Amino acid sequence: MKPPPFAYHAPTDLDEAVGLLAEAGDEGKVLAGGQSLIPLLNMRLAAPRVLVDINAVAGLEDIRVDAAGVRVGARVRHAELEADTAAAEAVPLLGQGLRLVAHPVIRNRGTTVGSIAHADPSAEMPAVLALLEGAVEVRGRAGTRTVPAAEFVTGPMETALAPGEIAVAARFPRPRPGTGTAFVETARRNGDYALCGAAAAVTLGADGRITAARCCLISVAPVPLVVDLTDHLAGRTARLGDLDGAAAAAAEQADPEDDIHAGADYRRHLARVLTARALARAAAAAPAAVADTYTGASR
Amino acid sequence: MTEDVHDIRLRVNGIQHTARVPARRLLSDCLRHDLGLTGTHVGCEHGVCGACTVLVDGRPVRSCLMLAVSAAQHADITTVEGLAAADGTPHPVQQAFAECHALQCGFCTPGFLTLVAAYLRDNPDPGEDDAREAVTGNLCRCTGYQNIVAAVLRAAEITRGQDGVPRARPPAEEGRVPEAGGGRP
Repeated sequence: MKPPPFAYHAPTDLDEAVGLLAEAGDEGKVLAGGQSLIPLLNMRLAAPRVLVDINAVAGLEDIRVDAAGVRVGARVRHAELEADTAAAEAVPLLGQGLRLVAHPVIRNRGTTVGSIAHADPSAEMPAVLALLEGAVEVRGRAGTRTVPAAEFVTGPMETALAPGEIAVAARFPRPRPGTGTAFVETARRNGDYALCGAAAAVTLGADGRITAARCCLISVAPVPLVVDLTDHLAGRTARLGDLDGAAAAAAEQADPEDDIHAGADYRRHLARVLTARALARAAAAAPAAVADTYTGASR
Repeated sequence: MTEDVHDIRLRVNGIQHTARVPARRLLSDCLRHDLGLTGTHVGCEHGVCGACTVLVDGRPVRSCLMLAVSAAQHADITTVEGLAAADGTPHPVQQAFAECHALQCGFCTPGFLTLVAAYLRDNPDPGEDDAREAVTGNLCRCTGYQNIVAAVLRAAEITRGQDGVPRARPPAEEGRVPEAGGGRP
């Protein structure tokens, strides 16, 4: 239970970090919070030859809130983002997801961007990014590129990051006017990875009826599973009974696997129940008053 | 491959230490093996049990999920050895754990003590549910947690009873060597 040997660098400049990582090629890894990487090293499930610690790199420490949403730098800890009231106000789903990420002690060190770059199919923050249709800013030797959330996570713990690239920030857009969000999950113990989790975003029109609805499921597919439920729910109210059909449709798209924690059938059951719950809570959280300024046109 | 070795400076419990460590040295092992601070216990070594919890710049973190070289970037580390006052008076959390029998074998205790000390600094008046929630990330295989929850509440009571605000740590003495036997008067 000790990490294998590696060469360690702690650059203070982003270009230097990218250079070191590019030199190491596919034998290099970025160390930010280390709350996923160091367990993998300790268990010898990963053995990178070079670690580039970005905790001293300048320019990655900011949380920026503007009209577009919240931009989170790669050094921002989950706990810092959770405590940022401006970010929580702009994008409530951030806080709704963050409080489910492991334990507070892990959130004190783990970073939000690191969690997204790690791309565990059970992790909450990749799902938050996917549901909001956010993006990841990626820096490599060739420059900076922006990868939409839907293209960023490509498989279980696999991303669009090429060797030598660093995810420098994640952008979480503000939800559209009249939209409420929620994140619910079931885990064996408080703080464990979820057996299944569901995030939802529901947009209400001026009459209180649903104009758009989406959910994102975790732990039941290789990547965060985003399902657009607008066709099932447009024009309906958000009473729990009205949501069953949509929830069943979402669960049908899930492709869970059996493991020691739960069977596939049980996870599929959870997908249905949790989707209905997340949709109901999201609708309840939708600010109805804002809806008059919104035309209700469905995407 | 040959070990990548680094000379680091760590400020632990107010004392400046230097150590020569391989890059892969975990902070938990550095504290125990390089600095001789064996109060920090090592349980699961993958961040699940919480026994190795220490405070980094005042915030509880798992020392088994941090490299010693990374920890050297931070200003200050507090281990369980640094909780008691310079004269050996136990920290309110230590006093409460003793009073409430919140430990049996004691293996998990350093992690709980550091965690709860930081928790009560930020949440001086927790309810029972809050106290239970606060310790969910740490495992204890002896107590069944009842007495640990009671100790969290008792520690809050002790802290409030003293002067109404969480106790400020006395200024650390440079080069102080912790007394044997925990320095109990």
